[in-house]
Amino acid sequence: MIRLSPGERGTIEQMLRRGATRRDVVAWLGSAGIGLAATGTIATHATRALADTPKRGGQIRVAGYSSSTADTLDPAKQTLSTDYVRCNMFYNGLTTLDGNLTPQPALAESFDSDKATVWTFKLRKGVQFHDGKEMTSADVVYSLNRHKDPKVGSIAKTLAAQMQEIKATGPNEIQITLAGPNADLPVVLGTFHFKIIKDGVTDFATAVGTGAYKCKEFSPGVHSIGVRNENYWKPGKPYLDQIEFFGIADEAARVNALLAGDIQFAGGISPHVTRQVKQAPGFEVFETKSGAYTDLIVRLDTPPVGNSDFVMAMKYLMDRAQMRTAIYQGYAVIANDQPVDPTNRFYDASLPQRPFDLDKAKFHFGKSGIGSTAIDVIVSPAATGSPDMGVLMQDAARKIGLNLNVKRVPADGYWANYWLKSAMCFGNINPRPSADILMTLFFKSDAPWNESRWKDPKFDQLLDAARAEGDVARRKQMYSDMQRMITNDAGIGIPLFISLLDAHISGLKGLQPIPTGGMMGYDFAENVWLA
Amino acid sequence: MPRLIASRLAISLLTLLIVSMLVFVATELLPGDVAQAVLGQSATPDAVAALRSVMHLDQPGWWRYLTWLGGLLDGDLGRSLVNHIPVAQLIGSRLPNSLLLAAVTAAVCVPVALTLGIIAAIRRGSLYDRVAGVLMVSAVSVPEFLVATLAVLLFAVNLHWLPAISYGGSIHSPLQFFRVFALPVLTLSFVIIAQMARMTRAALISVLDSSYIEMALLKGARPVRVVLYHALPNALGPIVNAVALSLSFLLGGVIIVETIFNYPGLAKLMVDAVATRDMPLVQACAMVFCTAYLLLVTFADVCAILSNPRLRDR
Repeated sequence: MIRLSPGERGTIEQMLRRGATRRDVVAWLGSAGIGLAATGTIATHATRALADTPKRGGQIRVAGYSSSTADTLDPAKQTLSTDYVRCNMFYNGLTTLDGNLTPQPALAESFDSDKATVWTFKLRKGVQFHDGKEMTSADVVYSLNRHKDPKVGSIAKTLAAQMQEIKATGPNEIQITLAGPNADLPVVLGTFHFKIIKDGVTDFATAVGTGAYKCKEFSPGVHSIGVRNENYWKPGKPYLDQIEFFGIADEAARVNALLAGDIQFAGGISPHVTRQVKQAPGFEVFETKSGAYTDLIVRLDTPPVGNSDFVMAMKYLMDRAQMRTAIYQGYAVIANDQPVDPTNRFYDASLPQRPFDLDKAKFHFGKSGIGSTAIDVIVSPAATGSPDMGVLMQDAARKIGLNLNVKRVPADGYWANYWLKSAMCFGNINPRPSADILMTLFFKSDAPWNESRWKDPKFDQLLDAARAEGDVARRKQMYSDMQRMITNDAGIGIPLFISLLDAHISGLKGLQPIPTGGMMGYDFAENVWLA
Repeated sequence: MPRLIASRLAISLLTLLIVSMLVFVATELLPGDVAQAVLGQSATPDAVAALRSVMHLDQPGWWRYLTWLGGLLDGDLGRSLVNHIPVAQLIGSRLPNSLLLAAVTAAVCVPVALTLGIIAAIRRGSLYDRVAGVLMVSAVSVPEFLVATLAVLLFAVNLHWLPAISYGGSIHSPLQFFRVFALPVLTLSFVIIAQMARMTRAALISVLDSSYIEMALLKGARPVRVVLYHALPNALGPIVNAVALSLSFLLGGVIIVETIFNYPGLAKLMVDAVATRDMPLVQACAMVFCTAYLLLVTFADVCAILSNPRLRDR
């Protein structure tokens, strides 16, 4: 059977709902290069599409996992997923990312580039802000330029720095000139922080965007209410009349609120409560396979652990299958010590999987010459799952004569005091929108967050070349080479990619995983409806 | 009397100043700072440095403390470092919630606790006294989060009678008011009633043991009269003290209840602020709690003095 991307599935379902005949669909499939082999898939989708026809109306209450005075409506200042949810309700970006993180047009109707350096974005016409003003290139130029202004304090300042010049080339067209070629610019602009706001806005007590919901109420640390934007530019959307969003920091309280019927959608639940949710009638768990991972970090510049044989021994010591079932109840995907996960379009599936192999671990450990010296590994609840991973590795280490000393430290202050400082500790990396961003942030030789201090000039060259490469197939080959280099040489052990889990009432429909985050990449608001 | 209150107020101000210094130093000692907390996984070294200078975190600690203190003397609590909303506004939006929860809980607990305590004192040694004693000790020893969680599981998740979370924003009728406050108040009542009742009992018993009570009984006064007219006025000081202390707990110590029921009160605001190292907000919350505590304790002292003729005329 042929696998359809969520975007393609969406198009087919929409066609069927509009009453398209089988012939229409097949014609569209042909034009999309999918072919007749997909017919079986289509048939299934046809049935589901009819059962799942979106209904208009109704309101839901949704709880995220945090709520604090840091809640914001300023796209440049978003830090937590709860901010992403809010901003996705009220704003749009130029592009949006689909199920395998390919950029799709949103407020930009189309985009094009000259050698991946000079980019032209044609804006959608007739899009209105919530106050009725029409969106023009001036708004877009303002929204993007403010990230570069140090006074704004934008979270995305580093990403925005590559945009050397952002100018309007017409009322509905902008041109962005980059400092160097980057084929991923449309991906970058599809990320959370690059939402489009009105020209000149500096006050974010409320949100005036182009999004599917209008901001009716916003009270930081308490709640936000969005009501349907009747003039939304996506026909038929959104489906719900109102969404009330707030944070319940305590997980048990969040799940109880769902089970008690106070909320309909709970964001961010941990694997051990999935059973409780699934056992209750009328509730479901929504799994998003993502690129999030907790990784073992071995500093290559710090003896005695900074030794390639010792690193290899640690990689072979990870019983990934056991970690997957014991720590994550199966809600994880086995990883291969490199950071690009299977949902990413540049994932290389041909890379041989590193097994749990005590013999090989013992061989490399012997070569490292460490002997019976006790080796500290720092674990903390801050790097989720790391205390359990540490204990499992300690057990395995005993069998090869390695004396691993697991030191558990509190979550508070972990990132400032231990991460990037200890010889061996754990990190926890959120999903990133592109392989380029991920590798530039965490693996480039001079990256401040190069966790294991792994330096390889060849890798850096390849990274720059892949960023500039417009041809997707050639890029894929380059990323594949880089994945190979990381898994073999870097001081990073990535045992698993952790799925993001949410829970909702069964009547809440329309959720499709988008790996930038849980809750449909935090963009559920315009896509869900109540059955 | 006025002199006493004046000196009390002066000491309170000094206490506040010392507390603000301690809180500031403690916040400084915590690992990480607000710039790192705000930036999270985007906290690259240059981004942190830029944000630090915008927030004046690159200035020395004493300078920041004095600036804050100067602002406070001008009546300006400053702005939250995290979201630039004035601290006064943030506190203003949460304080009424905390006061309301405290008021409702007090209104439920005080009469119940006093009644239970007084009856236990009168019937000292009876079966009622012993059973009540055991129950009270158990209630004090059960942690609040357990009571809260069990209550939620029973009344919200299984029976669907009451909501699992209490957000006060949607109250339009007495029934809704009851539904919102039932579980948090129930949880808080457990500990508070038990504590207050035990202290009331102890205070009353020590008075009932004194010889003038024996005298009153020998004169043939009825027990109810002896308790209400002879004993209770003399036990009032310690009882008010117990009530005041329990109430100060209601303002600041309800963090678990606020967390489990997602109630937007002041304690949660302060915990948020500590987590993000938001100094002006932490300081302001600490000041509010400290002021409330001092006010309640002063109030208790004044009551104790008023109820005691020997102290009253000094």
